[in-house]
Amino acid sequence: MFENLDLTKLIFGRLTWDAIPFHDPIILGTFAVVALGGIALLAALTRYKLWGYLWNEWFTTIDHKKIGIMYIILGLVMLLRGFADAIMMRLHQAMAFGDSTGYLPPHHYDQIFTAHGVIMIFFVAMPLVTGIMNYLIPLQIGTRDVAFPFLNNFSFWMTTGGAVLMMMSLFIGEFAKTGWLAYPPLSGILQSPGVGVDYYIWALQIAGVGTLLSGVNLLVTIVKMRAPGMSLMKMPVFTWTSLCTNVLIVAAFPVLTAVLAMLSMDRYLDTAFFTNDLGGNAMMYVNLIWIWGHPEVYILILPVFGIFSEIVATYSRKPLFGYTSMVYATVVITVLSYLVWLHHFFTMGSGASVNSFFGITTMIISIPTGAKIFNWLFTMFRGRIKFDVPMLWTVGFMVTFVIGGMTGVLLAVPPVDFVLHNSLFLIAHFHNVIIGGVLFGLFAGITYWFPKATGYKLDEFWGKMSFWFWLIGFYFAFMPLYVLGLMGVTRRVSHFEDQSLQIWFQIAALGAFLIAIGIAAFIIQLVVSFLRRESLQDETGDPWDGRTLEWSTSSPPPPYNFAFTPRVHDLDAWWQMKQHGFQRPESGFIPIHMPKGTWAGIVLSGISVVVGFALIWHMWLLAGVSFVALIGTAIYHTFNYDRDYYIPAEEVERIEAERTRVLANV
Amino acid sequence: MQLFKYLRGASLTLLVAALLSGCDAVVMSPSGDVAVQQRDLLVWATVLMLLVIVPVIVLTLWFAWHYREGNTKANYKPDWTHSTVLELVIWSVPLMIIIALGAMTWVSTHKLDPYRPLDRIDAQTPVPVGLEPLTVEVVALDWKWLFIYPEQGIATVNELAAPVNHPIRFKITASTMMNSFFIPAMAGQIYAMAGMETKLHGVINEPGVYQGFSANYSGAGYSQMKFDFHGLSEEDFASWVAKVKASDGNLSRDQYLQLEEPSIDDPVSYYGQVDPTLYKAIFNRCVEPGQTCMEDMMYHGGMDKHAGHHGDAKAEHADHQDHAGHQSHGGHHE
Repeated sequence: MFENLDLTKLIFGRLTWDAIPFHDPIILGTFAVVALGGIALLAALTRYKLWGYLWNEWFTTIDHKKIGIMYIILGLVMLLRGFADAIMMRLHQAMAFGDSTGYLPPHHYDQIFTAHGVIMIFFVAMPLVTGIMNYLIPLQIGTRDVAFPFLNNFSFWMTTGGAVLMMMSLFIGEFAKTGWLAYPPLSGILQSPGVGVDYYIWALQIAGVGTLLSGVNLLVTIVKMRAPGMSLMKMPVFTWTSLCTNVLIVAAFPVLTAVLAMLSMDRYLDTAFFTNDLGGNAMMYVNLIWIWGHPEVYILILPVFGIFSEIVATYSRKPLFGYTSMVYATVVITVLSYLVWLHHFFTMGSGASVNSFFGITTMIISIPTGAKIFNWLFTMFRGRIKFDVPMLWTVGFMVTFVIGGMTGVLLAVPPVDFVLHNSLFLIAHFHNVIIGGVLFGLFAGITYWFPKATGYKLDEFWGKMSFWFWLIGFYFAFMPLYVLGLMGVTRRVSHFEDQSLQIWFQIAALGAFLIAIGIAAFIIQLVVSFLRRESLQDETGDPWDGRTLEWSTSSPPPPYNFAFTPRVHDLDAWWQMKQHGFQRPESGFIPIHMPKGTWAGIVLSGISVVVGFALIWHMWLLAGVSFVALIGTAIYHTFNYDRDYYIPAEEVERIEAERTRVLANV
Repeated sequence: MQLFKYLRGASLTLLVAALLSGCDAVVMSPSGDVAVQQRDLLVWATVLMLLVIVPVIVLTLWFAWHYREGNTKANYKPDWTHSTVLELVIWSVPLMIIIALGAMTWVSTHKLDPYRPLDRIDAQTPVPVGLEPLTVEVVALDWKWLFIYPEQGIATVNELAAPVNHPIRFKITASTMMNSFFIPAMAGQIYAMAGMETKLHGVINEPGVYQGFSANYSGAGYSQMKFDFHGLSEEDFASWVAKVKASDGNLSRDQYLQLEEPSIDDPVSYYGQVDPTLYKAIFNRCVEPGQTCMEDMMYHGGMDKHAGHHGDAKAEHADHQDHAGHQSHGGHHE
């Protein structure tokens, strides 16, 4: 049997030099920039001897705060990639009219819109949301870390591993040309024989492990580790919305894993789940992917609703209006989000009663969502609103989001959806809620909690610049898309004949450039704030006169968060403590038991990337070896008993005394 | 700040301009009765929702302005966090709007169900007794549209024609990719899927040439997957049919297999003759000689186990024909 053995094939699979896009100047140029930047970064790290610091303090850390920050950095880096895709699409569509074919060949354009969607959802929005939850949940509920600290590190690295595979597809081979949900039969092996869909599958599968485990972790953390006295109805709203989000993650992501596993079996093992022939049925895929996909949008928006709730209360200098109804609204949304998936494909031919059912359940979601908007509104009512940057984002969100909500309900009416489905109206709608909702909220949240994480506030001027350019840029970029949708223009089209449409695409491209300035302003804001960190310093730990427990710690908080576990008596625990003249304990410290960093997360993720890469390229030898290595390493790690340590009482005392000294000087 | 004000003003102007020009857009001014009803529904649903959206936006901006930190004259109640009356209002107003919208949705979804034969030609005219709808069998190929007219015995590629004010019944399937059959001026879209048949009923009320295309991304040739839809008078339609009939193209199974090969931006072509069993063979995936049709495959599988029910199953199948785009046959009997 060995006479047929082709050693090159066994080792390299289908990877050949042809897979490297030397012929494509755009990709080659990008590669050059990335490579030079990467080399410069690595050189700088070596020059300043930062490798040890990064490895010991960051890569191997199990501190939820550092992991949260790393998630946010990952999300922001990927935002640049996802946005680069966006602006390329906007430019291309603004040009590709009549005789002009634009500057992107169709096969490249098709990869770009697929990559844009995948990156923005899985590698921008998810890491940013998870990062903020990771950072805040333990602080808000008064605990020292998450329930499973190692798992947290592992989750982060698996998410990063998925992002790494995703980025590799840019330079080695290609990415999927299927749209971000990779519907079969287009994503099947017959129609997409290349590596693109395999990159898609394995990037999402690896990142999905991270997301699911982080969901389990945060869920258990919130359920089991709240400070004494913090009953469910005394939890901060952000913790509540995070709880619901993690319930959704735990219930929804296995569906994504399963449906992608079936798709990969169709592609690798010739099964026929979603094929046209042999009894397969693509409609099953469409149903399953949306049974994950619809809860996914609530996974993104719910924590952001929590962020806005915290911000609007703090800056209005009033407790949140209608806390109880806010909590119930969140829970209702959580449950209903599982009953609406079919509204993504009314046009697939379900009967009128089925379509009406899903249309009406979708509309019902707008009731609790509307209640939330009113709650924020009435929190501002009779308040004393301070318009710092986070509050600007919040007001911008409230105005923008209701427009997106309205167009969403329009699309939920099946006969209306028949004329707007897959149109640019739909694109405008979901960018309206994802940018105007999720992204605005994330920027608000990052600005709001930035001093907590770093010890200094973000620069106001550049924050405001970023906000206004994002807001105005958003309207310029997406209002034309609503109009184009009403003109019957569909998504994912790479060339147009009708010249009268061009002006709208040009306005949209202008909007994308305004957003680019918004992003640049945000980056400048980070740099300027870092340079001016002395004058922006926050020594109190409570720069906004906050209401929840995270503001009771120093900025940044000590590794153990709280020297003594706080006792909670009421909602807005920190506010109550301040009202009652809370005195920080200054003696009686005891050693604090803490988990210890480990190499296992980053190594396991690294091996997973190799397994994924080998499977994508059909390098069966490497796939086998690396898979065995993956399992072996995981087992080996279980023999690591050196997992915890104590922070001595003297060390705690020293840190707390230093804080007392700083507070006395404020 | 002057710049911001200028930009904000500009964007508002733009928004208004957008809404106005939106009225010329095909979805807002269609030429077929079904699309007209869908447009009306869109407008009414929007108006209904604006009842709550506009006050929310106005209140947001007003509260933000009025309760700003600098305005010390504004009433400040730092402990005011609950009001049962307000809570009732904020839950019940959206609830009432959704009840109204939900009722509209239920009724209109049934009335405008694409599977439901039309009962009117336009708002004033019911379908005349005895007027049978024109049947067109639509096949989404990679990447072009095949239209078979079984009653006329003709077929076309990338061109569709129909008499005005005459109900049309589309039976829709696909060769491989999932596409969506959409003529915005006439009626909403429905997916075209391989091995399945979906249906769409529509009518065009004004003569003219309208855009039709695929509205579901289907790979390399998707952007070019367009066709012209001609709304013609009955006489013009008859002469169009005669013109197609006179062409020498013959869409036999062999010819179809050649046509089915992926291609992009195909010209319009006519077939004066067409194999009458072709469409059924396409959606049963048995055009190539020697292939077992899906319906037979499933029935044979089922027959051994439920031999006695076979006849019933067929009858039941007939009942289910108007059901949602489902696997061509037999799925119910497994």
